[in-house]
Amino acid sequence: MTAIPSDSAITVAGLCKSFGEQTVLDGLDLDVQQGTVFSLLGPNGAGKTTVVRILSTLIPADAGQMQVAGHDLVQEPDAVRAAIGVTGQFSAVDGLLTGAENLGLMADLHHLGRAAGRRRVAELLERFDLVEAASKPVSSYSGGMRRRLDLAMTLVARPRLIFLDEPTTALDPRSRHGMWALIRELVAEGVTVFLTTQYLDEADELADRIAVLDHGRIVAEGTATALKRRIPGGHVRLQFANPHSLDAAADALESTTPDEETLSLQIPADGSVASLRALLDRLDRAQVEPVELSIHTPDLDDVFFAVTGHSSANQDSTDQRGTDPSEAAEVANR
Amino acid sequence: MSTLAYSLTDSATMLRRQLKHILRYPSMTLMLLGMPIIFLLLFVYVFGGQLGAGLPGNGGGRGDYVNYLVPGILLLTVGMAVNGTAVSVAMDMTEGIVDRFRTMAIARVSVLTGHVLGSLIQAVASLIVVLGIALAIGYRPTAGPLAWLASLGVLVLFSFALIWLAVALGLTAKSVETASNTPLPLTLLPMLGSGFVPTDSMPAGLRQFAEYQPFTPVADTLRGLLSGTPVGGSVIAALAWSLGIALVSYLWAKRLYNRRYTR
Ligand SMILES: Nc1ncnc2c1ncn2[C@@H]1O[C@H](COP(=O)(O)OP(=O)(O)OP(=O)(O)O)[C@@H](O)[C@H]1O
Ligand SMILES: [Mg+2]
Repeated sequence: MTAIPSDSAITVAGLCKSFGEQTVLDGLDLDVQQGTVFSLLGPNGAGKTTVVRILSTLIPADAGQMQVAGHDLVQEPDAVRAAIGVTGQFSAVDGLLTGAENLGLMADLHHLGRAAGRRRVAELLERFDLVEAASKPVSSYSGGMRRRLDLAMTLVARPRLIFLDEPTTALDPRSRHGMWALIRELVAEGVTVFLTTQYLDEADELADRIAVLDHGRIVAEGTATALKRRIPGGHVRLQFANPHSLDAAADALESTTPDEETLSLQIPADGSVASLRALLDRLDRAQVEPVELSIHTPDLDDVFFAVTGHSSANQDSTDQRGTDPSEAAEVANR
Repeated sequence: MSTLAYSLTDSATMLRRQLKHILRYPSMTLMLLGMPIIFLLLFVYVFGGQLGAGLPGNGGGRGDYVNYLVPGILLLTVGMAVNGTAVSVAMDMTEGIVDRFRTMAIARVSVLTGHVLGSLIQAVASLIVVLGIALAIGYRPTAGPLAWLASLGVLVLFSFALIWLAVALGLTAKSVETASNTPLPLTLLPMLGSGFVPTDSMPAGLRQFAEYQPFTPVADTLRGLLSGTPVGGSVIAALAWSLGIALVSYLWAKRLYNRRYTR
């Protein structure tokens, strides 16, 4: 066994991974402290799942030094496997078995023994609110139930380090909050959580540290508060009935970027009542009336824009950098 | 516990999982079992009179043909059963649960051994059913207990080999549909050999193929053992084919499984 240099649960240095021509991870560095929640934030195709799959021994990296749970990922993959629990992005349950059988399968594979295994299964069914569905085949479960079972299966052997790849994507708000509560309980028990998400609010709710992944690199890292300080804030969107009022409003608000196509204006604003009142006053004085007004609070897209200078929109197909002239201008202004 | 003990326990766990699948969703098993039964009835009652008269030696009737046909039908039963293996392996690989197994410290190959043992049990159960029907419609083997045991051994060994082959085919398949098609030749081979009619009656090219393909020595060995006639060299060929197919397929399957990284 290699010595553990610090209280790091995961350390990654210079992790690279390509699929054919496509470079997905390009020299990634990470350090996750034990007993904390670390969140990897990134849009579709950023490479979050790839990181999880590498760190959980599913696929090999092309380059890099990686220690997980005190073991070298390449030298001692089995020791790593014995220490971790993984809930992947896509459900990893046996659809042909019942919920209880799925958990029982995990107990058997962890060699818990008959009695201890049964106890653990009953305990987890209770905790994850699956008692009623325990003897129904998983193929009849709802998305939220599957997700809970998935996490319960990960926890059968009480791993001290778990990977959760987008645990709440496609869950309704109630199930989402339920999942957050379950994750918080784990953290309270001292479990280290490596969480990926596309949602800033989720990272904000759960994570001690957040790293923003973009084009295979970590472009920003810190606490939620520190990251949010870097966000320029929200904006107000005004919708007009015709080009004439749009121009009048643009003049009145000294906005340089009216959108002629959608007849709308975006004005930076923090969403406070005072700023809204001031905005409406100016429109009143110019005698223009928007048909619709909406307030946008900062989201992942804003964090993204703030730290990368380009939109977070899907990186799967094309690189979005600098395709929009106004965006390019703004990047240049920084 | 030692590593070996763990890997046995894990394989047993995976076998239990597989048996639950088979018992809970019996429609596939029944469909795979239906085929050889239909062929048995069809060949005995529709073609049996004619084919029996054409058998070498003194020729005969329907009764003689049943005795000739049953080993072929038993191999068809095995061929169908392994079709199911390929499909269930391919289906399993599309399920996320296999990724979960890979992130756990378990004996890797146990997922595959679970499939193999499950299929073996399924194949043996199917063979017993088919044999029971054959006996009911007039099959009269003359084998003694030892010959029965030997026949069972040959069948199990050959099934084991074909099951590993089917596991590998299931792993190579890009989709479940492909997986259900690739092992189809395995169900044709009993007919393109000595399974249904003697190879002497076939045209030259086909006869050569029929004589050298693996199902023929296995069918001949079974026929010899069950009807108490000498088996000659076919038993060696049957064992060699079985062991060869089993070994190559096992290595191939293991390699495919370890190399396979699903999304
Ligand atoms: N097995 C693979 N073969 C080829 N390309 C792959 C493979 N796995 C991932 N990729 C590519 O790598 C990139 C990153 O994928 P990854 O699944 O890690 O993204 P992600 O951040 O998890 O996205 P999402 O939010 O959609 O889950 C994508 O462009 C994807 O097409
Ligand atoms: Mg992903």
